[in-house]
Amino acid sequence: MEKHYLNRKLIILGLFVLIGFIFVIRLFYIQVVAEKYILSATNNVLRYITQYPGRGLIYDRKGKLLVFNEAAYDMMVIPMQVNAMDTAEFCRLLEIRIEDFRDRLNKAQRYSSLKPTVFESQINRENFGALQEKMFMFNGFFVQPRTLRKYTYPIAAHMLGYVGEANPSVIAGDPYYKSSDYIGISGIEKSYEKELRGRKGMKIRVVDVHNRDMGSFQKGQYDTISVAGKDLWSSIDADLQLLGEQLMQNKKGSIVAIEPSSGEVLCLVSSPAYDPNLLVGRIRNHNFSTLSEDSINIPLFNRALMATYPPGSTFKTANALVGLQEGVVTANTRYGCPGGFALGNGHVVGCHEHSGPLDLIESIQYSCNTYYCKLFKSILEKDGFYATDEDFNKWRNHILSFGLGKRLGLDLPSELSGNIPSSAYYDKYYGKNRWRSLTVISLAIGQGEILVTPVQLANMTAVIANRGYYIIPHVIKGLGKPNSVKSTYMQKHYCSVDPNYFDVVVEGMEQVVLGGTATNARLDSIPICAKTGTAQNPHGDNHSIFIAFAPKENPRIAISVIVENAGWGSSWAAPIASLMIEQYMNGVVKREELKERMMNGNLIRK
Amino acid sequence: MRREYGIFYRIDWVMVILYLVLVLFGWLNIYAAVYDELQPSIFAISQRYGKQLIWIGAALVIAIVTLAIDPKFFSQFAWLIYSGLILLLILVIFIGRDISGARSWLHIGSIAIQPAEFAKMATALVVAKYLSKIDLNLVKKKPWLKAAALIFFPALLILLQRDTGSALVFLAFLLVFYRFGMSGLVMLALLALPVIGILALLINKFILIGILFIGAVTYYILTLKKTRQLLIVLAVFAVSVGYVFSVDYAVNNILKPHQRQRINVLIGKTSDLQGAGYNVNQSLIAIGSGQILGKGYLHGTQTKYNFVPEQSTDFIFCTVGEEWGFLGSLVLIGLYISLFTRIVIIAERQRAKFSKVYGYSVAAILFTHFAINIGMTLGLMPVIGIPLPFLSYGGSSLWAFTILLFIFIRQDSYRYELV
Repeated sequence: MEKHYLNRKLIILGLFVLIGFIFVIRLFYIQVVAEKYILSATNNVLRYITQYPGRGLIYDRKGKLLVFNEAAYDMMVIPMQVNAMDTAEFCRLLEIRIEDFRDRLNKAQRYSSLKPTVFESQINRENFGALQEKMFMFNGFFVQPRTLRKYTYPIAAHMLGYVGEANPSVIAGDPYYKSSDYIGISGIEKSYEKELRGRKGMKIRVVDVHNRDMGSFQKGQYDTISVAGKDLWSSIDADLQLLGEQLMQNKKGSIVAIEPSSGEVLCLVSSPAYDPNLLVGRIRNHNFSTLSEDSINIPLFNRALMATYPPGSTFKTANALVGLQEGVVTANTRYGCPGGFALGNGHVVGCHEHSGPLDLIESIQYSCNTYYCKLFKSILEKDGFYATDEDFNKWRNHILSFGLGKRLGLDLPSELSGNIPSSAYYDKYYGKNRWRSLTVISLAIGQGEILVTPVQLANMTAVIANRGYYIIPHVIKGLGKPNSVKSTYMQKHYCSVDPNYFDVVVEGMEQVVLGGTATNARLDSIPICAKTGTAQNPHGDNHSIFIAFAPKENPRIAISVIVENAGWGSSWAAPIASLMIEQYMNGVVKREELKERMMNGNLIRK
Repeated sequence: MRREYGIFYRIDWVMVILYLVLVLFGWLNIYAAVYDELQPSIFAISQRYGKQLIWIGAALVIAIVTLAIDPKFFSQFAWLIYSGLILLLILVIFIGRDISGARSWLHIGSIAIQPAEFAKMATALVVAKYLSKIDLNLVKKKPWLKAAALIFFPALLILLQRDTGSALVFLAFLLVFYRFGMSGLVMLALLALPVIGILALLINKFILIGILFIGAVTYYILTLKKTRQLLIVLAVFAVSVGYVFSVDYAVNNILKPHQRQRINVLIGKTSDLQGAGYNVNQSLIAIGSGQILGKGYLHGTQTKYNFVPEQSTDFIFCTVGEEWGFLGSLVLIGLYISLFTRIVIIAERQRAKFSKVYGYSVAAILFTHFAINIGMTLGLMPVIGIPLPFLSYGGSSLWAFTILLFIFIRQDSYRYELV
């Protein structure tokens, strides 16, 4: 009977071996063949904690702190570790809705259930305080310290720019940036991003199943230390900037002031402006859409660099210089003004009432249109009536050498080039040799196709103040330490007009204030040289324009002021420029009444 | 003459050494599983490895005591031991304490024991005692039904303690019955049950019934169409159909949601890595991350930082897989298969039927634990919480397995005297 079942011994032994064999095959698959388990194991245990360096601080030219950092906290989530918890309390602390909670958790889950994802970013210190005490109740959530930008004064928003999370295309293009990293999006924050951001560090921590920190990985030998961003010293004068923004409130336009000898931008006002603190932290998205949807005031638009205007009569200074250089006029050349310049086709370039005939200085002092039409005609007909093309290009090259018609190359993003039309443009428009000096005569008085930005206009003023050169305007004069400007911003760019010709134009500009079109800009203590402009504007009232520099000798400030739809240059732009010069030169404004009047002027129609 | 040598020369050292190696290897892995860099003292009594060390010491004493007992004692007192343990099992239902859902622990003073662990040994003794009765006609069905009752009774009591895993182990005895003459069809049916059950959950019931019908017809034609066969085939087919429907009904209506979820995860119908599938997924991650050579002793991260649940008890194999790698796992599986094979070989050389049946019972019980436990950690079996023999943390299971094995070693050492 026993013998009959002996083969069953073998079957049983075979079963033992078979099961053992199945286990070995399975082990071979999960331990040797499959790679997903080793990856999951790493994800389970290692927590890569980014060490975010403090972003560089920004100071003004006098050392006043403009931009600093404040601690903020990102709520991170590892979906896999989230347990049942008091969701209502959690949402209350975070000030979010329960539906948001589910949406975000699902979103994070879709990204990865094991990797940390930002659940709520930039929680401020006050909210974090309440949250911190209860964090132990919320498994799977942890807090990552970050920093938020803070601004001492509510000024210079356009220039300083703002910081936000890097978008997917940036992340795809630059391996430095990871999801939820911050990056400068505009202004200095963007153009000096590499200096300001510093270098992130990485701590690798080992965690257990409850996400408790079990110490550093391999004694920290793979950790990297974060390096703080470099501090920047701006050339901006905070007091001047503040005054500029106050003067420009309820007006559209721009004020740009430059220190001529260095090219340092002293203020860069674009109005309407906004408080840079609005674009920080959790309120940023909301405020950003409010600001960007304001299509009437366009507060996010940086007019100082991006708005282009015809320079109007302020451009006569440049034309006078070109005329002198080309030898078509001298300081003593006089032209009579019959109250306008006839174009021969029945049209007349009008001029206002003044005595005559005027010499060059007086032509600037009284801003005589006729004088400049004649001067410009002479320039374009210098080599004969039929050589307009060559003469025009000669004129254009002189004008370009003032830094007009091209991007100056500021250390700020989004600068526009303006426009100085070329002969090719007119050839295309009118046909080759089908246009003459009278066709383009409006260029003589800064009208027509010519367009400049406020910063170009200020730079042109600096060229005159410097008697013949400019240094590319820049807003940062110190990287990491005060006064360590980039070499690009030390180089002199000479204008093609000989320095000798400038004195007469400067003389004319001084007369503008002393007894010309802008006597209201006069300051007893400081000799100001200036020129008014009234730019015709097809869309509405004329723009009030004013350029000035002071003092006359060794100028310390060159300024351009444009107030949109404000009429004559002398009405708004001139007094504003005068107040700005007073503030910068004296450190204080004594003409309170004028300041009040300018500040309270409301030129934005409701 | 061999019989004149002392016990030291008569015991099978292969089994003893395999036992010692497994126990010590188990302790090393328990140490690794609960290893805490902040508290590195090996002998800290409060830690599990400290306690396990005490239990190993006790187990060795128990082994020596077992070897000192007269081998006839176990066959003579089989019924008494069995009855005693049945009583304990009943007792534990009423006065036992609930630990993680099961009421299987009996507390005597500060010591807690699990009678279910010892019940397997007692059942093995009584099954061996019953099947070695001289007047038993094993060709008939009746003795097999009686033998089945012997294993069914303790299994039921353990089921009442809600310790499904331990109850399931009693199926191991069917392997023993098979060896000693039970119809192979029972084993075949036993094998068919889970296969048909899983298919019933995975595929359309009516397609499955169609397949079963074709199978039945084919079998009937192949077996020369005897009339009696037709009835049997029809009966089996009817039972199968009933089984298919009842499995579907049981899973969807009777089982609790978490149990249903476990089954669905196992058969791959759903993946729920945070719920029912969490344990197995973490277990696979731990073992898989060991790769070929392992992370090295005490360098496993998944087990050390508690990603694997129950890592010193039911999931102790994860520590082996993670820290010792594929090669270490291979060696461990080799050790187990060697032990089972050795037990079967030794069982076959017994002259006494009691010893022979008992030997097979030992092999079958250990093998069932091994297959279910490692199958579970490798995601091949449902999560059934039973210990890995000799390796898992726990006093009761270690002592019970020690007694189980050493009774057999004792029987074997006396095989010439026993008939």
